[in-house]
Amino acid sequence: MTLLTHRYRAIDEAVAAIPDGASIMVGGFGSPGTPFALIDELLAQGQRDLTLIKNDANEPGIGIGKLIEAGRVRRLITSHIGLNRDAIAAMNRGELEVTLFPQGILAEKIRSAGAGHHGFLTDIGQGTEIAAGRREIELDGQRWGIEPALYADFALVHAERADRYGNLVYRATASNFNPLMAMAADTVIAQAYRVDEPGSLDLEAIHTPCAFISQVVEVARETSDQGRRAHVS
Amino acid sequence: MSADQQRMLARAAREVIPGQIVNLGIGLPTQLFHYLPDELEVLVHSENGVLGCRPRAAGEVPDWDMIDSGGAYIATRPGASVFDSAMSFAMIRRSRVDVTFMGAFEVDELGNLANWKIPGKFSPGIGGAMELAQKVRRLVILCSHNDKHGNPKILERCRLPLTAERCVSRIVTDKAVMDVTPEGLTVVDIAEGLSVAELREATEAELIVDENRLGRF
Repeated sequence: MTLLTHRYRAIDEAVAAIPDGASIMVGGFGSPGTPFALIDELLAQGQRDLTLIKNDANEPGIGIGKLIEAGRVRRLITSHIGLNRDAIAAMNRGELEVTLFPQGILAEKIRSAGAGHHGFLTDIGQGTEIAAGRREIELDGQRWGIEPALYADFALVHAERADRYGNLVYRATASNFNPLMAMAADTVIAQAYRVDEPGSLDLEAIHTPCAFISQVVEVARETSDQGRRAHVS
Repeated sequence: MSADQQRMLARAAREVIPGQIVNLGIGLPTQLFHYLPDELEVLVHSENGVLGCRPRAAGEVPDWDMIDSGGAYIATRPGASVFDSAMSFAMIRRSRVDVTFMGAFEVDELGNLANWKIPGKFSPGIGGAMELAQKVRRLVILCSHNDKHGNPKILERCRLPLTAERCVSRIVTDKAVMDVTPEGLTVVDIAEGLSVAELREATEAELIVDENRLGRF
């Protein structure tokens, strides 16, 4: 792990650690919580053949939608891509391999990895095609499906505030998958609107303790709000 | 919104009891928001991570970090909380959400539900629908009685891939309100001006009707 004293980085330096072919968890549910600035940096640096793990595919022209359109994503592990017609088209053309999980199963597979477990037992999906082919065991008189943990090389997460050790505070519904992914990947790069000195955050308000974080970068609000225009309703 | 949809929403809103935790699915069920008066002490759960959301008032500035699962910018009411996706689905799987409303492609007389995939045509992913359908205490379906070609959606057995087995409690359509019971689909209410014969004609499933106890809506 990166020493506490060496986590606060420039964004280009942090993202440069990601190689071609990496698996990357990306926080966010729709626009809130999506680390737009980190995604833009990844787009600019040119890494390819990526496996992305994100709840959704954002929307056309926004967030990971840009990486998909640029042909940089080989595989997407997700729960719903209905708001991104371009991602659906790429999937239907065979250019993007898409693996779909029910949303709570996806969240729990990531949480399981982050908690140091290799998976969990569930009855979700029994009797449907989602559970077809899933390994099962019998325990306490009931059949359970086995869902292995989901790991990644990197996670890109978005927080409202941070300190330079990597303690993170999320805001409103921008939390979603971020705290789970922050625990599940080998290297975790966090972006925040404000990165302060250690001691500046209320102890009880910290959602993700810095032990899980590798790098932290400060980003401008303006850059990160680019996604918001798409689905104002 | 059509007059039929407004009538369905007004009828469906009567399913909500003060004090409940309620989840509203994407599409027509989301519009139920507008049929729950402010003074009704109900917390609306949205699976992206908020309990206690409400629609923004006219002119209320959007908070760009605050959406519901359909992507609409929403606001919160007193008693609200926000949390991550694992917490949100823990609430669902532990059946701490009292009632959820969802749309449907097909529902059958066993209470099976299909609302996420039409093979070869529509498969964007199931999102949170599977866990909500399987685990919320009471699932109320809010859908048109027939598809746009006039084909029945209330079937003897679902033909599309299931969202969950034997999960539906009640179905509210433009033509009727029906309960899934061990005996079969029992009609509770029938639309004003519709005869039982016309309702049966529009439905594939067998319907149990007691004309003396039938409500109108």
